[in-house]
Amino acid sequence: MPREGTLIEDPMRRLTGAQVDQIHDASIAILKEPGLLCFNKRAAEIFGESGAAVGPVSGAASPSWTVKLPEKLVTDSIAKAPSEITLGARKPENVLVMKGDEPRVYYITGSETNTWLDVAFEEYASTKDNTKKVSLAEFRPRRGTVADLCASAHVCEHLDTVDGYIRTVNIQDREINNKNKDVNKFFACLDNTTKHVMSGLTNLDQLDNVVRMAEFVAGGPEELKANPLISFITCLVKSPLQFVDDTTETFIEVCRRGLPIVVSSSPQAGTSAPIKEAGIMAQINAEVLAGIALGQLVNPGAPVLYGSVPVRARMDTLGDSYGSIETTQYNIDCVQMARFYNLPNYSTSGVCDPRIPGQQSTVERMFSNILMTLAGPQFLHCAFGLLDCNSIFCLLQAVLDDAHFAMMRHFLRAPRVDKAELELAMQQIAAAVDTPQKMFINYIRPVLRSGEISPPYPFEGDGEGDNVFALANERLQALLAKPVDHIDAATTARIFEEIPGILPGLNVYKGGIKS
Amino acid sequence: MNAELLEQLKENVIQGRKTRDDIGIDEALNGTPGVVELIEEALAADVPVEEIIADGLTAGMEVVGEKFSTREYFIPDMLASADAVGAAMEILKPHLEAASVATKGKVVVATVKGDIHDIGKNIVAIMLRGAGYEVIDLGINVPEDAIVAAVRDEKPDFLGLSALLTTTMTEMPLVIAALEDAGLRECVNVIIGGAAVSEEYAEEIGADAFGADAFQAVRVTDDLQKVRC
Repeated sequence: MPREGTLIEDPMRRLTGAQVDQIHDASIAILKEPGLLCFNKRAAEIFGESGAAVGPVSGAASPSWTVKLPEKLVTDSIAKAPSEITLGARKPENVLVMKGDEPRVYYITGSETNTWLDVAFEEYASTKDNTKKVSLAEFRPRRGTVADLCASAHVCEHLDTVDGYIRTVNIQDREINNKNKDVNKFFACLDNTTKHVMSGLTNLDQLDNVVRMAEFVAGGPEELKANPLISFITCLVKSPLQFVDDTTETFIEVCRRGLPIVVSSSPQAGTSAPIKEAGIMAQINAEVLAGIALGQLVNPGAPVLYGSVPVRARMDTLGDSYGSIETTQYNIDCVQMARFYNLPNYSTSGVCDPRIPGQQSTVERMFSNILMTLAGPQFLHCAFGLLDCNSIFCLLQAVLDDAHFAMMRHFLRAPRVDKAELELAMQQIAAAVDTPQKMFINYIRPVLRSGEISPPYPFEGDGEGDNVFALANERLQALLAKPVDHIDAATTARIFEEIPGILPGLNVYKGGIKS
Repeated sequence: MNAELLEQLKENVIQGRKTRDDIGIDEALNGTPGVVELIEEALAADVPVEEIIADGLTAGMEVVGEKFSTREYFIPDMLASADAVGAAMEILKPHLEAASVATKGKVVVATVKGDIHDIGKNIVAIMLRGAGYEVIDLGINVPEDAIVAAVRDEKPDFLGLSALLTTTMTEMPLVIAALEDAGLRECVNVIIGGAAVSEEYAEEIGADAFGADAFQAVRVTDDLQKVRC
């Protein structure tokens, strides 16, 4: 049985059917003229061999080609893209099944941050009365390590609302380099969570090692195809409308191997895309469609997710403003476009602007998390624990996010109103009104522990003070103390024997990582 | 034998099972005797009333209180247990009198005139019964003269007045004044509660205590000395 996720009965829409059609037409027109600027030779050749008008750009610093895609090439390719994609997992109960026409939302962590935020609690006394003391959370940033990545995957394994795992922290240990980064990050994730693992690839040379490692864990090449417990994400598009050389190469190679991959485009309204909704939507849709088309030309039926990460620019710095209202609007539009093509959608929510957990981070992330959930994307990359526009990761924030997603899931459960329920209610009403006190308290207990009644906020304090951080930290420490469900000893031994570059300190069967 | 029976009684108090028809938390107890049946059984077996109260009812309520403080139990659990103990005390009442065992006292509770809100008052009544008090509930929208008459006739040790509204809390000092006029004020402890009132208000109107919630209501009642005229 795959994970249940959160099924949205009637997903939220912003665009009318006519507006969806208009955006599609505009995207098709954009791909025809001006088309793409492609910096990857193989992609230009593949497009050219399939009927696109391809021409070299003269005088450019790097070799590049203009690629103009005819409508039929694009629509035929989209038709070949699978509408159902399975993202496997080490445990069958953690498999994710994503259907383009089913708004079942899976909450996924990520993305990769450079900074890890530790939390510690310090006690302060009043300057007027030093008997008055308060304990405050202090957040201390530092460079992320592979041990942090292991801890993050382990904690996310135990967070009920996390359906899948995108690595949360860039491993920056001294022993890590571009050559061994991929095998270490994939191993750290796979060894500490039984949920699906998605990551970007740092070095294409390591793709085969990563895939072989996954094959060992899955039980063999065929087993990995049936249960793809890893997947990839590439930003092959640089907005506006440019195919980047190295990430496009990675994309082609992953598609060739038939493993799931996200075509991700992240234009910024105002700088790398038009500032207004219609413009950024026409452009991002064109960019994603071009990526999907390339994937299908490489390997028809390749499992490619429609990945959309649009964002509006801040007007004060022209940096990303993920907390802006428009960002969520664009994302909802993208969910609708993916559904129009019957393709599973990778979408984004929960990204916030502040650098530490607090009221602003809660408001900004909850705003987009609720609305994006209601829109019904299949793969919601919802920034568990992330801060500062996804450049800082904090486990405490991830624990808070889990509690808030649990509230959303509870809210989104289908109403239980049927004949039997109403008959029971009528019996209770008749009985209660016949008593002197006319209360229904006696009927609470049978449902109190059934999961039907939403629990109190898990980090609610006893007094007037706000103890949310301290209580969330207690839960975090309890989760860190839980046992880790590692890859078995024999498979681990094989991985360390046959996959070069994994740090010996990650081998838990040889005294690694825990110490 | 007695020890086993008292242990069952304690466990059923913890489970909040008043009768054999009630469902507690432990499904294994479904269909087995509840507090009411076990009290009858204990009386039939000549278990001393003091032991029934101390080792069965009070011991069970202590565990319930601990579970509530650790958030394992919620108010409905507390109320179910208190309700079961209240029913037990009702059965034990004549036996207590016959054995000349001192009771914790009698409480009259009422929601004052003009106010029809009684959830809090009802919960307080259940909790007080569960704590071993005899409770006479006058209901809602009770005028001063009815309250004064109840104090005169029932001779309670405590009078609990409840008001939810800022517009009805002003009835409370009128009740106290009416008790004074009737010469009954010194005969009863007046405790006030409800969303509209506070500790300060209790002092201001000359009440003896304030209960912020049902638990505090029981605590302040326990702390006050019985007064008899």
